[in-house]
Amino acid sequence: MSLPDGWEMVVGLEVHTELKTTTKMFCGCANLFGAEPNTRVCAVCLGLPGSLPVLNVRAIELAMAIGCALHSTISPSTFHRKNYFYPDMPKDFQISQYDLPINVGGHVDLPDGSRVSVERAHLEEDTGKSTHLGGSGRIHGAERSLVDYNRSGVPLVEIVSGPDIRSSAQARLYASELRGILIATGASDGRMEEGSMRIDANVSVRHADEPFGTRCEIKNLNSLRSLGRAIDYEALRQIELLNEGGVVRQETRHWDETLGATSTMRTKEEAEDYRYFREPDLVDLAPDLAWQERVREGLGPMPAERRAVLAARLSEPSSTQLDAVQVVVDLGFDALVTSALDAHVEGALALARAANELAADAEHLQNLSTEAFVTTLLMEQNGELSATQAKTVLLELLAHGGDPQAIAAARGFEQLSADSLGDVVAAQIEAHPEEWSRFRDGDEKLAQFFIGQVMKATKGQANGKAVIAELHARR
Amino acid sequence: MSSAAEIAADVRRGATSALAEAERSLAAVRARNEELNVFVHVDEERALARARHVDEQVSRGEDPGPLAGVPVALKDNLCQVGELTTAGSRILEGWRPPYSATVVKRILNAGAVPVGKTNMDEFAMGSSTENSYYGPTRNPHDPSRVPGGSSGGSAAAVAAHMTPLALGSDTGGSIRQPAALCGVVGVKPTYGLVSRFGLIAFASSLDQIGPFANNVTDAALLLEVIAGHDARDSTSLPEAAPSLLAGINAGVAGKRVGIVRELMEGADDEVLAAVEKARATLQEAGATMVELSIPECRLGLSAYYLIAPAEASSNLARFDGVRYGLRVDADDVAAMNEATRTLGFGAEVKRRIMLGTYALSAGYYDAYYGQALKVRTQMIDAFRRAYDQADLLLGATAPSVAFKFGEKTSNPLAMYLSDVFTIPTNLAGDPAISVPYGRDGDLPIGVQLLGPGRSEALLFAAARVLEVERSS
Repeated sequence: MSLPDGWEMVVGLEVHTELKTTTKMFCGCANLFGAEPNTRVCAVCLGLPGSLPVLNVRAIELAMAIGCALHSTISPSTFHRKNYFYPDMPKDFQISQYDLPINVGGHVDLPDGSRVSVERAHLEEDTGKSTHLGGSGRIHGAERSLVDYNRSGVPLVEIVSGPDIRSSAQARLYASELRGILIATGASDGRMEEGSMRIDANVSVRHADEPFGTRCEIKNLNSLRSLGRAIDYEALRQIELLNEGGVVRQETRHWDETLGATSTMRTKEEAEDYRYFREPDLVDLAPDLAWQERVREGLGPMPAERRAVLAARLSEPSSTQLDAVQVVVDLGFDALVTSALDAHVEGALALARAANELAADAEHLQNLSTEAFVTTLLMEQNGELSATQAKTVLLELLAHGGDPQAIAAARGFEQLSADSLGDVVAAQIEAHPEEWSRFRDGDEKLAQFFIGQVMKATKGQANGKAVIAELHARR
Repeated sequence: MSSAAEIAADVRRGATSALAEAERSLAAVRARNEELNVFVHVDEERALARARHVDEQVSRGEDPGPLAGVPVALKDNLCQVGELTTAGSRILEGWRPPYSATVVKRILNAGAVPVGKTNMDEFAMGSSTENSYYGPTRNPHDPSRVPGGSSGGSAAAVAAHMTPLALGSDTGGSIRQPAALCGVVGVKPTYGLVSRFGLIAFASSLDQIGPFANNVTDAALLLEVIAGHDARDSTSLPEAAPSLLAGINAGVAGKRVGIVRELMEGADDEVLAAVEKARATLQEAGATMVELSIPECRLGLSAYYLIAPAEASSNLARFDGVRYGLRVDADDVAAMNEATRTLGFGAEVKRRIMLGTYALSAGYYDAYYGQALKVRTQMIDAFRRAYDQADLLLGATAPSVAFKFGEKTSNPLAMYLSDVFTIPTNLAGDPAISVPYGRDGDLPIGVQLLGPGRSEALLFAAARVLEVERSS
């Protein structure tokens, strides 16, 4: 989307990511999404009187890993209390880093060549989750409010970008690249749909080269699509307001996905005074250089580097293939694809199967061994399996694991022998004389017609390439 | 009544039973609790069952530990699993924690028998135990007077011989001041020496749990049991519990004792006379006396009444009616929070939440809370300099003996001044002990010994010198 002439949007993102620790930030409760409500709670994460927080060492390590990946400076830091009343916050304050965050500065380089600066990436705890029944679905006017504290005390890192983003497309690219980096560090699973990555967007508009305008913060954008739409809507709203001679008020706004619009949540005047002060129940955090170095050394290559490495294995990759490279790296399938390439599977085939079939059931990747993946692809490439059969075998491997040859045999996926394939092809030629004569006259499109007929007759057991060879041999 | 050390020794060798001691303690509670209002919750059945368990251990030839069969009173802000724990507040009426404080676990592991929960100023905010939802505790030495506070119930339990030992908490003097007013020994340990896990917080950076006892040795015995690193309190010192009993008779020969002008100025004459006598006793025992001035102490009260309420305003936010304790229903959540807190908190707690909220507010933080933190740093430095010149310090614990009910309730500042000599230690994070020394008529007087961080062994040795001289 382009803005009216002369206008520019200025966007900064605050990305919250839950850390993939085994236990919560300050207690031994399991950090687990989707458990029965209020079953992963204890005195500490319920904020019972007398309970005290003890910092999870793994959360510190993952925060440092994020800092390393974002080129931040890992710094001595402290924890503060952010005080406000809300039922899903058991202590009625949130433990968060404030003026001294663990990661200071940094940047993210985007695939389009632009760079977005990172101001800070700090640790804080998540709140519980409220569900409001009746009314608008928000707390005001609800008939009943339910709170699940399983999420209370889950460790979060909040990554605050500089006001460097100039379009919704760039915002989406930044969020997507950051998501890939977070997954690559092992710090996050990046699942926006489960709320393990949530985004707030600060949006303002200005005429190019003028000072920054007044910004509005849009809260809780839970998908890349919402992020893009909300930013565009908000920028246009502000431009329209200014064009009509109005002023933008600094405020926090809510994005309504169904209406496709933002609305006021609270104005600056209504903003809470959080009365931040040092959390007296925790001590200062100052990871020594040796510890930082161990974390740094434990980090694998980041997505940009992995994309480059994989693309370099392809000769003159098409844009479809480059898109597949992006998907494969985002999903962490690049090692699998590389193994296939090492075994001389064609690049286009390996990328297509990984970016389509494997991506469709990425949840079950642990069932699929590298060996089984490579074997299946080689079987397809050698003509032992048709494309349809190879896809079926892959899905079966993802679902239950096993050996590709055994699966193919059990399903009766034995390729037709050359003789019987010849018989089937001959029968189809006989049954469709008109199409055959057009094919003989050079209409190559008719090859697809005959492949389709042969596949139907053999219930998919024929190899498309072998069919074409048979057709040509008989032309 | 036997000392805690004697009871434990007798229980361990079978000369008495934990059950007999528990029954003796419960009988003493029944005899005077109606008059004195020392305990707010007593669970007789659980105490007796616990005592029987200790006796069974002994009969099996096992050693229940250094507190075998000793009845102990717990301040009502210490969590004990399944037992009413209300911090003297209506807002926690009926609340039974699903877990026990580390100190409670440690005394149980040492064979102790918890008898019940003692009265206190609501959320430990007060110096007379008059701010309790359960009404005031009376001083066993003169029931027309206060026992001090906020751990007034624990001090009175020991003074009235209901239990030989009690645990309290000290944020600005809440163990030492009632110990002085009730004529018992009270110790505020080095910050971090005793785990705060399971102590309902008042001001987290100042709170510290400590013992009450009728004599110095018993106090050391209890502190040895509860001290030492606890992984569940991030501010817990890393080391194991110090050895206190072994050197308790080491005396003070060759030690330098600082007499601090600011830790007694404005005190009543009888109190000053007691401090003077204590000074002579320590000198006679071979200590060198040094006159010292720590002017920063005069700023202590002001800094404390910003820092402690600021932390309290945050610590007490969780009492919102959502999850536990009192709930007053209303139309929406915010109205429910307000109605619950309006009814559930007493006047002094509300006053301090307001003070603390104000001190932390945008635009006021630097002038109030920020300034108080600077004073606190100065206080820490000032005490560090003082300990270059002296091994320990001597002063008064409280400016006066126990006062009458209502005498200071209408004037919060007069009440706050009761803690003027005890507050600096909390701000500095150092240990101090109050030892009964002298009387004004029937009313006991306490003197205070202060030392640098982790100097408890020396403080106990000095306190023991005063105790021996007093009883000879």
